[in-house]
Amino acid sequence: MTLTSSTERRASERVGRAVRGGRRLALRVIGAVVVLWGAATAAFLAQIALPGDRATAIFNIRAGQAQERTPEELAPIVDAFGLDDPVLLQYLHYIGGLLRGDLGTSYQQFRPVWDLIGEQLAATLTLTLAGIVLSWILMVAWVTLTAGRGGRFRNVGAAVDTIAAALPPYWLGILLLLVFALWLGWFPVMGGSGLIGILLPALTLAIPLAGFMGQSVRAEYEHTLDQPFVLSARMRGMGDLSVRLRHVLRHASLPAVTLTGWALGATISGAVIVEQIYSRPGIGKTLVSAVGAQDLPVVTGVVVLVAALYVVANVLVDIAYTLIDSRLRTS
Amino acid sequence: MTVIDAARAVTSRSRLDPALVASTIAAVLFLAAAAVPGVLAPYPPTALALDSALEAPSLAHPFGTDQIGRDLLSRVVFGTRESLLIGFGAAGIALVAAIVLGSLAALGGRIVSAVVGRLIEVVFAFPILLLALLLVSILGPSAWTQVVAVGVSTAPGYARMVRGQILSAKNAGYVEAARALGHGPWRILRNHVLPNAIRPLVAVFAMALGQSIVWASGLSFLGLGVAPPSSEWGALLDAGRAFILQAPWLTFIPGLIIVVFALAATTIGTRIQRSLEKGE
Repeated sequence: MTLTSSTERRASERVGRAVRGGRRLALRVIGAVVVLWGAATAAFLAQIALPGDRATAIFNIRAGQAQERTPEELAPIVDAFGLDDPVLLQYLHYIGGLLRGDLGTSYQQFRPVWDLIGEQLAATLTLTLAGIVLSWILMVAWVTLTAGRGGRFRNVGAAVDTIAAALPPYWLGILLLLVFALWLGWFPVMGGSGLIGILLPALTLAIPLAGFMGQSVRAEYEHTLDQPFVLSARMRGMGDLSVRLRHVLRHASLPAVTLTGWALGATISGAVIVEQIYSRPGIGKTLVSAVGAQDLPVVTGVVVLVAALYVVANVLVDIAYTLIDSRLRTS
Repeated sequence: MTVIDAARAVTSRSRLDPALVASTIAAVLFLAAAAVPGVLAPYPPTALALDSALEAPSLAHPFGTDQIGRDLLSRVVFGTRESLLIGFGAAGIALVAAIVLGSLAALGGRIVSAVVGRLIEVVFAFPILLLALLLVSILGPSAWTQVVAVGVSTAPGYARMVRGQILSAKNAGYVEAARALGHGPWRILRNHVLPNAIRPLVAVFAMALGQSIVWASGLSFLGLGVAPPSSEWGALLDAGRAFILQAPWLTFIPGLIIVVFALAATTIGTRIQRSLEKGE
């Protein structure tokens, strides 16, 4: 009797857990769709918001000079971009295109936006990921060395975090270039391929991000160092470094995992600046010249891509969370 | 009232805190350079001297000279006013937008607060630089665009803060007390909630000012803000880029000035915030 009731209870608990898990998943999916839809709508509105007559603007952006155009001249452009359609129809066209992977057509070059940025995206993403990996290495090493140590060590640690987080990439990039390439001569000044070529640009992205993550990880780290399980690990005779790396870091790294998902977009846009400093291939040059020429489809194409990457990154963050914090797997 | 609070916060801690002393001195110097550049600059900003082009920093030219022999220190000093105006303009736009959006999200009806709250979160998730680039491409590159683009892009972060402040002020004991005394919702809002939610924004404004100048200079550095004939700090960076190998000081020093400004503004802001929190 008691046996069946407890089995029933366990079964109903399992069902309840599945329902809750399903609801959480559904909320996540809805959240992701809202972000993507919001970004797509903003991208469309931005294209509509171009001041003046759009057909004339597109013609002039393409020709590179601003002047009045006759309706005959503009007719092919009105036709090609569907500018005579009602706005709602244009919106539906745009969203439909995005769903098929069509990011629009460049005003400047009359080529699909995907052709312009697609081939360069890999270089930018490689740089971005290298920057993020490097920032984790720097942050973990620095926080493990300095957090929770006596007096001065701790203050210096926190001060370095704050200063590092405030360094703008355009200045840090120049500083690293001067010190390591010009002064010490350890790296090639421009270009350079493979690991050597990517190290300084990645470091430029990594240092501010490491400082930014370090600020929140440090607080969590110092809090965790006071927890009973840390004391018990020490009482079992575990060394300080392995306590820090195996027990404390696991707890303290959770805020940095969240921040990494959030910072992915910021790191990609930081990469745009870094590419300019180190003359690296990537979407930077295309994007900056598109912004200067008001070539909106290229800019909004990057916006939509970054929103999509943001959504993917946050799914990965969720997965990383459950891997790090085993309590989430059962609840 | 708030200004006096802020001043008291700065002076009462200054004996203890070297970072704050250094930040305050830097802030005074920057304000002086913006107000009376002619007094601080050793040369006129446009004085050409082709025979002393691209000279490294020396006693005669502490920051070195550019490709047509202009003194970089003088150019930095004369660029301060424009840089600060852009920073103040952008930080002002950001905070006004943040107060409007944050209040709507915290005080609006169910639908308004849900929609505005969601909007703030979605835009906040978006990288500031990319948002600013999107706005520049709509409005076309110019100094005004720079102000608007940086102001609007940084607003969501501050809007979240304002919403949080108003929500916590709404639930505070003194609001409970005012309600128990029978005060109406508008009176409570005007006399209790808003003043307490907005006072911390003095500190936020200082931080926003530093951030605005960093972002605005980033746009200039990319060639999408104030153009090089101007000596706004970001424009100096952009102009120096072509000479990064022969004359690295042309980019290094304006960048350093921007970083010092941002650090000073952030330090002053956080100290004001801390002492306001302590006072309450």
